[in-house]
This record gives sequence, structure tokens and C-alpha cells, in this order.
Amino acid sequence: MFEVIRNETIGENLHKMVVSAPRIASARKPGQFVIVRLAPGEERIPLTISDADPVAGTITLFIQAVGASTRKIVGTRVGETIRDVAGPLGNGSRIINWGRVACVGGGVGTAVLYPLVKALAQAGNRITTIIGGRSAPSIILGDELSPLSDSLLITTEDGSLGTKGYVTEPLRDLLADPRRVPQAVFAVGPVPMMKAVAEMTRKQGIETIVSLNPIMIDGTGMCGGCRVQIGSETKFACVDGPEFDGALVDFDGLSDRLTSYRTEEADSCRASECRIGLGKGAP
Amino acid sequence: MKNGLMTIQERMALERCVMPQLAADVRIRSFDEVNRGLGAHQALMEAKRCLRCRDRGCVAGCPVGVSIPEFITAVASDDLPRAARILRGDNELPAVCGRVCPQETQCEALCVRRIKGDAVAIGYLERYVADWAMSNPDRLLRDPAPTPTGYSVAVVGSGPAGLTAAGELARYGHAVTLFEALHDTGGVLRYGIPEFRLPKEIIDGEVEFLRQQGVVIECNVIIGKTLTVAQLRSQFTAVFIANGAGLPVMLNIPGENLKGVYTANEFLTRVNLMDAGRRDDNPTPVIKRREVAVIGGGNAALDCVRTARRLGAERTMIVYRRSETEMPARIQEIHHAREEGVEFVMLTAPTALLSTGDGWVSGLRCLKMELGLPDASGRRRPEAISGSEFELPAGVVIIAVGTVANPLLTASAPDIPLNKFGNILINSDGATGVPGLFAGGDIVRGGATVILAMGDGKRAAVTINEYLERS
Ligand SMILES: Cc1cc2nc3c(=O)[nH]c(=O)nc-3n(C[C@H](O)[C@H](O)[C@H](O)COP(=O)(O)OP(=O)(O)OC[C@H]3O[C@@H](n4cnc5c(N)ncnc54)[C@H](O)[C@@H]3O)c2cc1C
Ligand SMILES: Cc1cc2nc3c(=O)[nH]c(=O)nc-3n(C[C@H](O)[C@H](O)[C@H](O)COP(=O)(O)OP(=O)(O)OC[C@H]3O[C@@H](n4cnc5c(N)ncnc54)[C@H](O)[C@@H]3O)c2cc1C
Ligand code: SF4
Ligand code: SF4
Ligand code: FES
Repeated sequence: MFEVIRNETIGENLHKMVVSAPRIASARKPGQFVIVRLAPGEERIPLTISDADPVAGTITLFIQAVGASTRKIVGTRVGETIRDVAGPLGNGSRIINWGRVACVGGGVGTAVLYPLVKALAQAGNRITTIIGGRSAPSIILGDELSPLSDSLLITTEDGSLGTKGYVTEPLRDLLADPRRVPQAVFAVGPVPMMKAVAEMTRKQGIETIVSLNPIMIDGTGMCGGCRVQIGSETKFACVDGPEFDGALVDFDGLSDRLTSYRTEEADSCRASECRIGLGKGAP
Repeated sequence: MKNGLMTIQERMALERCVMPQLAADVRIRSFDEVNRGLGAHQALMEAKRCLRCRDRGCVAGCPVGVSIPEFITAVASDDLPRAARILRGDNELPAVCGRVCPQETQCEALCVRRIKGDAVAIGYLERYVADWAMSNPDRLLRDPAPTPTGYSVAVVGSGPAGLTAAGELARYGHAVTLFEALHDTGGVLRYGIPEFRLPKEIIDGEVEFLRQQGVVIECNVIIGKTLTVAQLRSQFTAVFIANGAGLPVMLNIPGENLKGVYTANEFLTRVNLMDAGRRDDNPTPVIKRREVAVIGGGNAALDCVRTARRLGAERTMIVYRRSETEMPARIQEIHHAREEGVEFVMLTAPTALLSTGDGWVSGLRCLKMELGLPDASGRRRPEAISGSEFELPAGVVIIAVGTVANPLLTASAPDIPLNKFGNILINSDGATGVPGLFAGGDIVRGGATVILAMGDGKRAAVTINEYLERS
């Protein structure tokens, strides 16, 4: 049993939850995730560990309620418990001092990006952080990311905050500017966003690391459900990733596999009367 | 027959019992157990078929050396408490083994009665006694609680190897903590073997028994991630590693990443561990299609195909590159699958998975095979017949061609000795050579059987006990 210590709404369908999980809090490295099962009978849901406090024995999760299961998880109140939290899973990010890096986050991907930015900053990198979302309420962690970054750029599709448009636009400017061009790019967000970033940087041969979010069950390499095509190899994202070289990822294959259960998800969403997110594509 | 005792001739005249089963057309609509268990009279008569041979061929065929004639004799004299006690003394999970052991290649294979007919139904009797014991806990003869030794042992993995070792170690009086990566116990027994062969209550019952013996069970702890092997070694006097061989093997043919293609582990885990497809409103989904093809010929393949049948598939196929005689699955499961309408597409090797272009799998391209000379495994090697290509339609394809060692744990503890397949190397008594570190089950053997894993757990418990007494 894992107690919910804090649960705040920080954006549209977006929650920040602090959960007591002492062992995970001391073992985790940036880039790793947990698998959460709210109660017996519920689904196993992978969620990135955004932050951890080993002294307090807590981990922080940012959760976008996109479907029936995530909605139930964010509905847990402070003092209540989550039945199962397993982790930390996946590999920690490879953190080195690249010099200049760009960190690009889209939607809830920004939550996955945050621990990375923190670790990259600690390693002495100079970071340009670009975060984007549909509109102002979906922009998260600006206050936390700003002090860690040389500059923080925000885009929204409707222009309600920062520049109007997609995250790829400020990135394009950055790549075109010889004085600001990064040695590495980290991109986390919806698959089409990561794909677009990887295509932009490939031309310049800039190393690009993406964090993938295929459908998972066990998270320990046992089921193969999370398999993704990386170059000529099939990899299991939960144990070989979740971060991969963006230049090699088959993003179209990943997008397609993410739709495997679209009909079933729509059914379970209707059953739990949720009216959110569905059909708007992966977070 | 005098004084209720039977002569050899009278025993020889008795025919092997027939296990009562659910009718095929009924059972394909549910996950209820197919074999219903022997009735009391049936069990008594079956027990009387045993000749109590002095050379006990049957015992030699059992990897853990269950005292077969002794427990069967107790059944024959209607002394079930004694039968249960004998069985428990040799086998930590009799209700499981009675159901899933490949008896026809183990104990029953070496029963003398096979020479002139049918072997004694050792497995059925084992199950009978174990089920009786589970429903009559107040009538069991219990050992007094052991004196605590003050030593602590960590067991990694709650499959048959880990459960057995934990039980045996607790009996010696050691404080045992069992760590399991998943949210529930049992390993393959729970997430792999379906309920129509092994109901979950059986595993729950065995696990509850361990808890009563003082074993502490902690789920959601992934050794190598949540805690390291080094941490376990500093917190416990000894560590037994039984994390199984859970990494699925892919075929590496085109189309494996199409939607609708599962590994056996994923398909079975969804249905068995997560209840997918069993209830309409279950949160974890599983893809159901009219035509389902399962590639492989072992127990996992048969479990998948029969599960797919129960989820409503109308045409279910086993696609196997050798012939039926080479299939490693238990014979009974092959019979049951056939009764349930499963098609056996033998001597067939898939070369590609096909799609109609919408991202979903639509079938398999296959080659017909013929059997050549025996290979290293002693089975005749399948060879492709050129020009024999054909296609099979399938909306779901399940790859069930085996599993290998999962490197998750061992990669985090480089001092553990491994072979080239990533299996942990041990000496004959279960020790790894690293002080205080022991291993057994599928992580040592590669995919094997429940009873071999249990045998390893039992043997390692003896070794660990000796190690603790020395330390
Ligand atoms: C390693 C990893 C880390 C992740 N970290 C986070 C995180 O920190 N915060 C967070 O909010 N989410 C995270 N996700 C995504 C999260 O697991 C999914 O949103 C969740 O599984 C959806 O479950 P659901 O039942 O609520 O929605 P469903 O009803 O299953 O799906 C609703 C919608 O989400 C899409 N979807 C389903 N599964 C996924 C998935 N795995 N990834 C992306 N989209 C999906 C569906 O296509 C559908 O459009 C992570 C995923 C992975 C694999
Ligand atoms: C579908 C299927 C059907 C089968 N049918 C039969 C049958 O009918 N008869 C038969 O005799 N055999 C059968 N087998 C084989 C048999 O189930 C296995 O040989 C046996 O379960 C191996 O036992 P084990 O204890 O070594 O490992 P497992 O049963 O694999 O258990 C290992 C456990 O360790 C856990 N674990 C893994 N890594 C970690 C970690 N890092 N930290 C903590 N825990 C971890 C796993 O989650 C799992 O619970 C079948 C196998 C399959 C897959
Ligand atoms: S444990 Fe298995 S092999 Fe041994 S006697 Fe029982 S059924 Fe036979
Ligand atoms: S070999 Fe057969 S008949 Fe002989 S003791 Fe064993 S079970 Fe009984
Ligand atoms: S989630 Fe099962 S192997 Fe990755």
C-alpha cells in the first residue's frame, strides 16, 4: 500500500501527486518510471517519476487523466492509498556534460522532461528548454524549469501563452543559429512531436534522445508488449529504454501500436462516463 | 479378497480411473477447471491399483522423489491425513503438481503397470489428496512450529522454485522474506497457466499456507531495481534467486510488430493476471478475433490457443514446425485442446506475418516442413519443403516459441556467474559460488517444468540450511 501524500490539480486534467514509496524514492534515477495499479482488478499504468525525496520517502508523479484508469488514479484523495507501485523501472537517463542542449517537452511530456532538465543542469549543461501545449492550462512546470534553463520558451497552439504554434518552431530557430545550436536534443511528448524533432535534428546530425511511451504491462521485460523498432532491431522499451536515439526510432510503428486498444478504451471510457481526452491523440 | 486386502491379481484387474471432466462444449464458454477431480470411491479404487513395488520405479521418475507407493497406500487404506502428511513431506505444492506435472514423462512413465496397460494415475491421486487437505485444514497432522534460528533468508521470485524454497526454509525456523516483482504471487503458475488447468484458489491456498508458516511476502519489489542483490546480501544471511526465465523469444520474421500480434506471455498475462476479456467491463483489454493462430507446440502454446477459444475465437490453430509426436506439451492438454475444436496445423513454419495494410495482422505466410534426421535435442529436425508456401488467415497471432533468462536482475549484479545464455551457473547443490548466494528454477535451467523448479528450491533450501549452520 502506498499512501497519497499530496494531490493537486495543476492544469487541465493534469495532476501532481506525491506518493509515499520509500524504496523507490531512494533507488530512482532521472528517466525512470513506476507502474501503478490503483486497486485489485485495475490496469497497470506506467508513469514517470518526476521527482523524488529520499529523506521523506516520497516520489512525485505528474498524471494526465486521458482515460478511465488515469482518471481513477488522479481521483485518489490525500490519505488514501494506491495498492501497487512498482519501480523504479527502465534505465536512468545518460547524463553527461554536452555543453549546450535543447530540451523539448510537449503536454505531459514536460513532466517526463523535468527530471532530465534537472539532472542535465546539475551536470553543467547550458539548457534551452522549449515547452508547449494546446493552451495555457496545459503548460506545466514553467516555474520549476525556468531557473534550471538558460532560456525557457513556451508555445501554445492557440497562442494563449508564449508564442502561438508548435514547439518545433523555436527549435528550428535554435538549430539555424550557429551560436546557439545545441550539441544534443532531448524531446519528450506526443509521438508526432518527437518524430518531427528527430527529423529536424537528423539533417544536422545532432544527437537526439527521445523517451518513448508504448503500451506496457509488467515493465520488466516479461511480456514484450512494449516492443518498438529501433533501427533494424526490436527493443523492449521498458527494459532497453524508455530513452532511445531519436534518429533510429520507428515513430510510425509506435503511433500505430498505441492505437491497438482504441475501441476497447473508448468502451471503458464510456463505461466510466469520462468525457475527456479521447480521440485527441496520445499525450 | 480377504479382510479388505486385495491380491495382486485383483489389483491387476482394476482399470485406470477416468478423470471426470467438463464437457468440451460447456468448458469452452468458461474458465472453469476442465478436470473436476476424482470422487472418493474412484480415488480409493485407483489407489488399490498400485502394486507397492519394492524397486519403486515411479519414485525414480519423480524429480523430487515423492514417496509415491507410501502415500498411495495411505489413500488405499482411506487414511487421508497420513497420505497428506507424506505428500507434504516431499512436495511443497502437491495440488499444483497433481495438476500440471507432465506425469506421462515422469512418475507415470516409470510405473510398472504401464508394461501391461495403464500406469497408476499418480498425478490424479496426488491432486485428490492435496485438494482434500486444502478443504480439511483442521484434520491435518501438523508439525510443531520450529524454533526460530535467528537467521534471515531472502527469496527472489514467487514462482514454484521460490515458493518451495521459502516453505522449506521456514520449516527449518529461518526468517524468510519473499520478494516478487509483480503485484501478485505465483510466477508462471498465476500469470501463465490458465485457470481451466490451475485455478487461482489453489495458488492462493498454497501462498496462504506459507504465510501461516511465517513467510513474509512482499510484492512490487523488483530485485535489481527496487533493491539490489547487494542490498539483499547485506540485509539477509543468505539469498535464493528464483526469478524464472521470463523473457519471450521472438521469431524475428517480418510483421511481428503488427497490431494483433502477441507473445504468449503478454496474451496470458493480460487474461490470467489482469482478467482481460473475462469480464466486459475489465479495465485491461485484450484483442479478440474470430481466427487465432498460435505458433509453437509447448504448454504455453496450448494454453494460449485454449484461452483464445474461451475468449470466443471460432477458428483456433496451433501452428507447429514439427509433428504432433514432437510437441513438448502435456499429452492431456493436447487431447483437451482437440476436444475443444483446436486445429493442429503441423509441420508448418511461419515465414512472415501478413497485414492488409491497416497496421493489423491478417494472417501468416507459412512453409510446409518435413522431418529430417534427429537434432541435438534428439527430435527430428524440421526441414522446409521448397515451393510449399501457403497462407493462413488470422486476426490474432500469438508467438509461443519459448522464453529465455531475463537479464534484469543479473545485469545489476555482475558477480553472479552466468552461462552464455544468461542462465545463472550453480553447482550441484544450488550454490552460485558467491558466498551466501543460491539460485534455482528456470533462471538456472531455462524454461523447464514446475516440478524441476520445485526440486531446485527444495535442494537449495537444504544447502542454505547447511550454509547457515556453518556460518
Ligand atoms: C514509460 C512511460 C512513462 C509514462 N509517463 C507518464 C507520465 O509521467 N504522466 C502521464 O500522464 N502519462 C505517462 N505515460 C502514459 C500513461 O501511461 C498513459 O496515459 C496511460 O497508460 C493511459 O491509460 P488510461 O487507461 O487512462 O487511458 P486509455 O483509456 O488506456 O487511453 C486513453 C488515450 O491515451 C492513449 N494511450 C494509451 N496508452 C498510452 C501510453 N502508454 N502512452 C501514451 N498514450 C497512451 C490512448 O491511445 C488513448 O488515446 C507514460 C507511459 C509510459 C510507457
Ligand atoms: C504458459 C506456460 C505453461 C506452462 N505449463 C507447464 C505445465 O503444465 N507443467 C509444467 O511442469 N511446467 C509448465 N510450464 C513451465 C513452468 O511453469 C516453469 O518451468 C516454472 O514456473 C518455473 O518456475 P520458477 O520458480 O523458476 O520461475 P517462474 O514461475 O517464472 O517465477 C519467477 C518469479 O520471479 C519473479 N521475478 C522475476 N524477476 C524478478 C526480480 N528481478 N525481482 C523479483 N521477482 C522477480 C517473476 O515475476 C515470477 O513471479 C509452463 C510455462 C508456461 C509459460
Ligand atoms: S510431483 Fe509430479 S512427477 Fe512427482 S509424483 Fe507428483 S505428479 Fe509425479
Ligand atoms: S511403479 Fe506404479 S505400481 Fe509400482 S509402486 Fe509405483 S505407482 Fe505403484
Ligand atoms: S512492458 Fe512487458 S516487456 Fe515491457
